[in-house]
Amino acid sequence: MFWTSWFLAALAIILAWPVPVLLSRAHWPARAPFAAMVLWQAIALAGGLSMVGAMLCYGLVPLGGNLAAGLRGVVDIILGRRSLDELGLVHAFALSAAALLSAHLVFTLWLTYYRIIKQRRRHRELLTLLSSPSLDRPDTLVINHEAPVAYCLPGGARSITVLSDGLMTLLSDDELHAVLIHEQTHLAQRHHLLLWAFAAWRSALPWLPTSKLAQRSVSSLIEILADDVALRTVTPNTLVTAIALVASGSAQLPASSLVGSGAEQIDTPATTSARLGRLLTPAPAMGTGGQALVLAVALLLLAVPTALLIVPGAFG
Amino acid sequence: MATLGELERAVMDLLWEHPEAMTANTLRDLLSSRPSAADQSRDTRPLAVTTVLTVLSRLEKKGLVERERSIRPHRYKAVTSRADHTAELMLEVLGSAPDREAVLARFIGTVSDGEAATLRKLLGGH
Repeated sequence: MFWTSWFLAALAIILAWPVPVLLSRAHWPARAPFAAMVLWQAIALAGGLSMVGAMLCYGLVPLGGNLAAGLRGVVDIILGRRSLDELGLVHAFALSAAALLSAHLVFTLWLTYYRIIKQRRRHRELLTLLSSPSLDRPDTLVINHEAPVAYCLPGGARSITVLSDGLMTLLSDDELHAVLIHEQTHLAQRHHLLLWAFAAWRSALPWLPTSKLAQRSVSSLIEILADDVALRTVTPNTLVTAIALVASGSAQLPASSLVGSGAEQIDTPATTSARLGRLLTPAPAMGTGGQALVLAVALLLLAVPTALLIVPGAFG
Repeated sequence: MATLGELERAVMDLLWEHPEAMTANTLRDLLSSRPSAADQSRDTRPLAVTTVLTVLSRLEKKGLVERERSIRPHRYKAVTSRADHTAELMLEVLGSAPDREAVLARFIGTVSDGEAATLRKLLGGH
């Protein structure tokens, strides 16, 4: 138990700092966006698990040789069958910290969900009053505004894609088609659930480099995944023109200079550059072997802390 | 009979067109006289003032409509103009609120001035 806790602590630190920093600087994720996405999820989950696990194991050291025995000991203490003195102050502190951190993570996840749902509901309310349904496209609304804007609002069966008048006059039919496929891919692949989880991860642990880097990389990877699906139907040229037109069009608006400064953007210009760079000079997708390796590493990352925690006597 | 959602929309359209405050009765008359394809079914069953009041109180709860209570019957008007609401919506879309990314997924993020210049150059080549 003692060595398990130290090993988990070391894993937590590695996953909180050097690994995400290296991964966010790497170039291969753009060539294997799906595998990279899985890896980021594994890093976040394994990181959280080892953080909580390290404190839990350390706290349980005086009570038993493995997790089950230790937890039984805690129950005995709560029921008064064993004395709290057996645990000691430091270990009791570690256990409380583990409980607090778990509660904090779950609570933040819930709170973020609630906040997102509330904002979406309000947005949808205004949209139904201000927009009109597109004549020839299902689940698409058109809003009367000169800014070239396209976005999707997830909501299960009520998910909608919103286009502005400005966008529809700016883009040709093919380019508009590219934009729509891109947006519908976000909805079909449930990207909003990923963004929710990583937004919660960031607000729970804002001081950890990993949470910020993970959110940024994930939001860039989903754009790449959506672009890739669009490229099955339209040419890279069409997509590039659409991206460039929409991006430069919205940059000229007073609204974007108003809101663009100050607060930090998550989908930074770097994302736009990365997307364009990828489309203009396409790099070959990573080989099957490479992608399998990344997925195996992700699996291992999840399996190691889990095994250490639940297999009795797996480590020291 | 139109759904509540459609009625809310029709009421807001009227309130946005008429800046001065109106009673529910006036609104009902305007709604009934409005020639629109979606409203044809209403001819057979006239719109009740209570329905209009229900719609108005829903809109009031949503913060879109305000009520003048000084005289009876109460008069209603839109809190801000249609353009203001659209601007609010667009700010939400273009803005950088903390969870905006998770609320809605935009086709393209905000770009810097330098990037916008590069993009325009790129477009010139096309």
